[in-house]
Amino acid sequence: MLPQVPRETLLDFCRRMFVIRHFEESLVPLHDKGVFGGHYHLYIGQEATGVPALSCLRADDYLFTTHRNHGHLLARGADPKRLCAEILGRADGYNKGKGGSFHTVVTSLGFLHTSAVVAGIIPLATGTAYAAKALKNGRITVCLFGDGALEEGAAPEALNLASLWKLPVLFLCENNGKYGAGRAAGAAQSTTMAAFPLTDLPKAYKVPAQQVDGLDSGAVHITISQAVEKIRGGEGPQFVEAQTVRWPGGETNWPVVLQNTNSSLAWDVSGVPDKVREWYRSCDPLLIYIRELVDAKQATKQEIADIENKVKADIADAVEFAVASPYPKPEVAAQEYFA
Amino acid sequence: MREIAYYEAKFEALNEIMAADPTVHLINGTFLSLSPHRHVYQALAKKYSDRIMSPPISELGFCGLATGAAMAGLRPIVDISTGSFIFEGWPQVANEAANAFSMSGGQTRVPVVFHLFHGLRGGGAAQHSASPQAMLWNNPGLEIVLPSSPRDVKGLLKSATASDNPTIFVDHVQLLDLKGDVPENDTPIPLGVADVKRKGSDVTVIATSYMVQRCLEVAEKLVNDRINVEVVDPRTLVPFDMATLMTSVEKTGRVVIVDETHQSCGVAAEIAARIVETGFDKLKAPIRRVATLDVPVPYSPPLEDYIGPRKDRIMEAILAVLR
Repeated sequence: MLPQVPRETLLDFCRRMFVIRHFEESLVPLHDKGVFGGHYHLYIGQEATGVPALSCLRADDYLFTTHRNHGHLLARGADPKRLCAEILGRADGYNKGKGGSFHTVVTSLGFLHTSAVVAGIIPLATGTAYAAKALKNGRITVCLFGDGALEEGAAPEALNLASLWKLPVLFLCENNGKYGAGRAAGAAQSTTMAAFPLTDLPKAYKVPAQQVDGLDSGAVHITISQAVEKIRGGEGPQFVEAQTVRWPGGETNWPVVLQNTNSSLAWDVSGVPDKVREWYRSCDPLLIYIRELVDAKQATKQEIADIENKVKADIADAVEFAVASPYPKPEVAAQEYFA
Repeated sequence: MREIAYYEAKFEALNEIMAADPTVHLINGTFLSLSPHRHVYQALAKKYSDRIMSPPISELGFCGLATGAAMAGLRPIVDISTGSFIFEGWPQVANEAANAFSMSGGQTRVPVVFHLFHGLRGGGAAQHSASPQAMLWNNPGLEIVLPSSPRDVKGLLKSATASDNPTIFVDHVQLLDLKGDVPENDTPIPLGVADVKRKGSDVTVIATSYMVQRCLEVAEKLVNDRINVEVVDPRTLVPFDMATLMTSVEKTGRVVIVDETHQSCGVAAEIAARIVETGFDKLKAPIRRVATLDVPVPYSPPLEDYIGPRKDRIMEAILAVLR
């Protein structure tokens, strides 16, 4: 279902989801051509979680994210030019090339630290929440991490602290392995986590926890809105597990784009390669969202195509900007490591 | 001059810091380890009950909590207590707090202090006697402070708290009852300024933390042998004051380094390397290190005593470089 928001907001969500999708797809050929190195993780397939969820926040709230951060930053309004430049290790990147894909930080948007250790941010998020509570500034913290993060000891230690001290923090676990995938391909979730469903873990620490269908933008929006309201009301931490189906291009060690996204796929997947067709037909949250927009007569197919074409042009500009951006001067490596 | 105990100077600092800056919060512990002077902590805890927190036994959790709080406007001081416990919080200290400023391209400041008691404390055995400062020195992004006197602990704690960088405050329980001069209204001691604790002309003894006091005692004993020892205390490893050290080395040409980290890749090893690289031509004898032997710390008193930088080992090293 669609989020219960005005039409212009629905169209803005649509635009942001397209920004994430086309940004992420554009990175794969850059990496394949060696324009940037290192490992990287894409947010494709989770757009209907991040975009409506982050729209529930205030401009001055804090966010923490992980190695899979591009979608979160873009959902919050990061500039694709500077994000792409960072991923390419260029001087115009948000972190001046010192962070890269795993660590992009945009403090002006509330992202203070992006850790590629899967549970590294979970204690940190209790810390910003602790500070906000102490300073009585009304800010809340949203901690975005994957299901694997719960396997590290930092997660239960932080859940315990957040619960004991009633800290204003939302733990948003994005489980992109609803049917079991990735590292444990073919295996059920419960083979790596004895706590199953995953919400059993926060519940053990008396953190209210619920699951939501991460493919359903409306369900995500209402669930996160309500959780945020409770946190702002002083009720302490909340935990939400958003379930999505892992994008098949991300099941391999290195992302592979077997199908470039185009809004027309929402109504016709006959041209999609066999092995990934089912995902695009029934599990792609972006295509589900634009089908719902058209079915609810909130937008025409042409309006959606226009939004998408504008986004594609912007992303092409962002890539061009990033590729043209100079590398940092080498000596910067040994500078600016202390405040 | 006013003479007070080390622990009193430390709590004077904590009191003054908390009164001056409402964003300073104390997380965990008593900042006294098992010392009997708990009344000073209890008075502080009563005065600032909303800014002194007792978390569960979750070093990983509360080191991260303090780091995150530092990113969002507080200046937390975390008591890790026994130095060995930093290994439980290591990922948050070494991999998150230390990296945040550089990794973010200078966007995120982390003004947190991690306080701990290092070293041989008497019966600490292998799991309560660590001196993790050498490992931490090998992990860029952390400031490292090692007070050795009542005046230093007060002045350095103020500067560590005021610093915008994550700072490891490496204390030693054997110092807590030491008496010394601490002027009223003393100014903070800036990080990165070494202190010549005893002037001498024959040999430079570079010592850190509790070893400064031990070396001062050894120096007094050697007066009878007409050996005039200069004792230099770096006070902070990061930032490191090389100039003050080299002034002394150039004067004496003979160097002994006394430090409680294990010998291999230890604090003494790094200081020795820097002196050799900077002023090999000023040396009249090979540098000698007196460090903790490269074994897990044993429990039994004679065994624990044997592996540490004992006075007889310090004296022997001084005599060796003077030969």
